[in-house]
Amino acid sequence: QKVSVEVLEHLEHLALVDFRDSEGVQRLQKAIQFADQLHEVNTDGVEPMDSVLEDRWCLYLREDDVTEGSCTKELLENAREKVEEYFVAPPGNIPLPKLEERETFLQGS
Amino acid sequence: AALKDGLRSQVSAALKEGRVTPTELCQRCLALIKSTKFLNAYITVAEETALKQAEESEERYKRGQPVGILDGIPIAVKDNFNTAGIETTCASNMLKGYISPYNATVVQKLLDQGAVLLGKTNLDEFAMGSGSTDGVFGPVRNPWSYSKQYKEKSVPKSHSEDSESNWVITGGSSGGSAAAVSSFTCFAALGSDTGGSTRNPAAHCGVVGLKPTYGLISRHGLIPLVNSMDVPGILTRCVDDAAVLLGSLAGHDPKDSTTIQDDFKPFELPNLTDVSKLSIGIPKEYHVPGLSSEILALWSKAADLFKNAGAKVVEVSLPHTRYSIVCYHVLCTAEVASNMARFDGLEYGHRSDMKDSTESMYAATRREGFNDVVRGRILSGNYFLLKQNYEKYFVKAQKVRRLIANDFVKVFRSGVDILLTPTTLSDAAPYTEFIQEDNRTRSAQDDILTQAANMAGLPAITVPTALSERGLPVGLQFIGRSFQEKQLLTVAKWFEKQVQFPVIQLEEVKRHDNSVFQHQKSASFS
Repeated sequence: QKVSVEVLEHLEHLALVDFRDSEGVQRLQKAIQFADQLHEVNTDGVEPMDSVLEDRWCLYLREDDVTEGSCTKELLENAREKVEEYFVAPPGNIPLPKLEERETFLQGS
Repeated sequence: AALKDGLRSQVSAALKEGRVTPTELCQRCLALIKSTKFLNAYITVAEETALKQAEESEERYKRGQPVGILDGIPIAVKDNFNTAGIETTCASNMLKGYISPYNATVVQKLLDQGAVLLGKTNLDEFAMGSGSTDGVFGPVRNPWSYSKQYKEKSVPKSHSEDSESNWVITGGSSGGSAAAVSSFTCFAALGSDTGGSTRNPAAHCGVVGLKPTYGLISRHGLIPLVNSMDVPGILTRCVDDAAVLLGSLAGHDPKDSTTIQDDFKPFELPNLTDVSKLSIGIPKEYHVPGLSSEILALWSKAADLFKNAGAKVVEVSLPHTRYSIVCYHVLCTAEVASNMARFDGLEYGHRSDMKDSTESMYAATRREGFNDVVRGRILSGNYFLLKQNYEKYFVKAQKVRRLIANDFVKVFRSGVDILLTPTTLSDAAPYTEFIQEDNRTRSAQDDILTQAANMAGLPAITVPTALSERGLPVGLQFIGRSFQEKQLLTVAKWFEKQVQFPVIQLEEVKRHDNSVFQHQKSASFS
């Protein structure tokens, strides 16, 4: 049961990572095949486990007190493009080019 | 004091008594790092800051006020922990040049206790791998490749072949840390353990590798792989030292809400002499296909060791063992897909020159910054998280996780105190052989014995046990109950004393330690 090109393209879009070549696609196929073994296990009546610490009630709320911050300078230091106290991004709201126009391996499929 | 000495009984005492100074110790370690550069264990050596820390430590010793047992002790940290002012790369192009603005909590704790941070160690890119071969700075070489013990046993295939082509891997992903501790360039190192990444290389490099209970040690500042399984790992040359490190690192951290709030009391390990009240469980499912006959024999021998000493040794069953690697594969890739989303080039790390749009910049940055392994996991993870797959794969895996965790609960409830299993399937493979298979296949094979402990959040430790036929280290693993590290380490220490694992014989170290060579005793010394 091979993964369709539509799904592959959708994944590239969601992950913002591309299948560089056929090996990449095969890798996914193998990963799915491997994961399919899970369906051999009977999990009727079993609750999903989010955390091994579920019995210990780890996720607590704390008081809304400011304990640290004001580190704008340090945080901006590692950014390549910035203006004053802003991180600068290229224009948003522009969708990725369609499959036909993109430089992606999937174009050939 | 020799570089081979254990922390607690020897080096610390030597520092206190002034037989060696922190700067001497630091300089010797730095020199040894230089001369063992071929191991490629370190990505960054923080020479200046280390010497400064050593000087400050020396001042404290002069005043008779060392902070504690770790004062002046050289340590190394895996390069996926944030270290203020020092580059943190995760062995990836994505973070090359990234200078952390803060220290991970565990790093801060070590520094607060006066430890000397020598540098950042090499790993598989973003801790994904079981060989420490897939980082952008190249593979790490197992120091045992250059040991007398290995060289004696290797038959060169031809006259021209030498250790250059014969070298074996460290295992991974904390290979650099394991190699650093194993080659005496530091007394202890931090690693991380998500599926066995601390225990696997520890076993291959003949050092102690401890995976603490999930929630015991803060993950704040550890660049996350799988938030529900990651833990900082401890690598040392003996179990007592692991207890020392654990004591200085464990405890609630308000910056990591997944750390438990209970008070943690550091402990010294008792010298166990009577094991008759102990019940050791041998999980039969860990006798996996692919387990080398050598390791099987050692495992059996170890069980007998406990039996002959009066302990109760019983076969137990963890029926879902064979699904744990599949479960891990799904949960890991899913969490990775989420965790790697933060790398977009905007706030830190690599940024592509692509300017057409935000999305295309992100895509190009990630294409340029991540290697195939990372990208593969991100894509797989996203697949399992798709709306049409979420229940089928992700939730299903979470259910199987509960079954796996319950297997352990049942066994421990039946009266078993500690589980004894192999750590790896075989001794370390030669690099040329290891790279024949791809990362995912290798990880699936190599993680099989270690990662169930991560699924269940249990503490586990690998103890160097014996040398293989090829002269390479083999370790055995003990898995304990949640938060019962004291019991786990006590048993491990007893075992360590019984097996008397040999000290690695490295030419490099001999040369450096010539001056004050106390005794060529085993690294275990209780």
